[in-house]
Amino acid sequence: MAQDRRQTKSKYTSDRLIPGAFEGETVTRRRLMTGTVHVAGAVAASAFVLPALGFALGPVFEKHEQRWQAVGPVDEFPENTYVPKVITIVDGIGQAGKSTAYIRKRDAKIDTDKPDIYNQYIAISTRCMHLGCPVRFVEAAGRFICPCHGGVYNFEGKVDGGPPVRPLDRFYTRVRNGQLEIGPRYSVNRELKRFSPRDPAQPLDGVGQYLYPSRPTIRKLPPPPST
Amino acid sequence: MLNPRPRRPGQGRRATPVESAAEAGITVVDWVDERTSLSGAGRWVMFRKVPKGTNWFYTLGSATLFAFLNQAVTGVFLAMYYDPSPTHAYESARYITNEAFLGEFVRGMHKWGSTVMVILIFLHMGRVFFFGAYKYPRELNWVIGVALLILTFVMALTGYLLPFDQRSFWATVVANNITASGPLVGPYLGDFLRAGPEFGATTLSRFYAIHMLLIPGAIFALIGAHLYLVAKLGTTAPPWLRADVDDDLREEPS
Repeated sequence: MAQDRRQTKSKYTSDRLIPGAFEGETVTRRRLMTGTVHVAGAVAASAFVLPALGFALGPVFEKHEQRWQAVGPVDEFPENTYVPKVITIVDGIGQAGKSTAYIRKRDAKIDTDKPDIYNQYIAISTRCMHLGCPVRFVEAAGRFICPCHGGVYNFEGKVDGGPPVRPLDRFYTRVRNGQLEIGPRYSVNRELKRFSPRDPAQPLDGVGQYLYPSRPTIRKLPPPPST
Repeated sequence: MLNPRPRRPGQGRRATPVESAAEAGITVVDWVDERTSLSGAGRWVMFRKVPKGTNWFYTLGSATLFAFLNQAVTGVFLAMYYDPSPTHAYESARYITNEAFLGEFVRGMHKWGSTVMVILIFLHMGRVFFFGAYKYPRELNWVIGVALLILTFVMALTGYLLPFDQRSFWATVVANNITASGPLVGPYLGDFLRAGPEFGATTLSRFYAIHMLLIPGAIFALIGAHLYLVAKLGTTAPPWLRADVDDDLREEPS
């Protein structure tokens, strides 16, 4: 390789005979001005880029509050079949914010999950765990069936067949003044253990719960005091 | 006489109105060109050398460009009637189709034009691939083209929600859940697209802003870069043409 024949300049301004140089000074006026202008430009650009980014990303960190809503007197819900009820998931956006929950009374012979104050009535979300289409309960089959890609769930909401990756989500339920109330959503794995809500297509068995972490926007309720 | 003496002012034939108008036009163009030198850039873009054998397949890129311009123009005018709120979107889309003058036509141009644009992009991409036009020195233009393809997909996806009927709503729910099914970052991406854990009050306006401001801006900029490189690097000859070499220039092996 050919030798670089250019004179290597000293980094000290005094060595380069720049007027007014200080002993040990390395930054020339030109470099200082260039740096200052770059920094000023970066500050000016961040002044609008950072707020805009925060504005767009804000909803990712903001908790979505879900309220309890009454759906009817408790004796409306039998043990052997589901009663569909329209509930509001998001207020103020009309039909797009509504969803259907299928509700029945808990039956100790069928339901094997640990009973507490939140599951004396079982409320099943109709959001299919394949890609989020609305499932419906088919009385004759005793199963939930999804119209989009053929997901089938049994009476408990566990996967019987098709592409869904986990049982149907559920809603917390409680009884107030003889009225059944539907609360926030939670997701369940194959053993019906409660998890913070996940989007459809996110399995919760095995490593699934770690590959698909829960989000700051929506969390399950703290576990009830054991009675 | 080599240099005839100029006529005295006011004598001789007067300029016709057409000649005056042409002169005025030339004066205006010259005025602008003297101050911008745009004519050089114009000549650089338009009067390029084109190889032998250039054929109709080479028009697919321009066809895609015109499909995009159709989307841009019809989209701007659809935005005058469209209301991106969950309670009014469907009604405003219905108004455009059923009541606004030429509304059904303009909406149809936008709806079918999107399909045409995607098809033309793939035909253009196939032409570039099979003619080998992506090779050195045009690799960067291929990369920009792929970015344009992806941006066009994002346009198609975000635009699909806007009519806000049952099909567009559930298709968007499904698309969003597919996005969220990516491991680790998926759940947060889903929340970002929806602006929350559920399809909410601002999801539609978010898709609308992405559809009509964010992505079109990026597409315009990248098309500019794409065309600049086309003008700079020139057009490739079709692969079945051999380069003509003058016999006098061919050196005999010794």
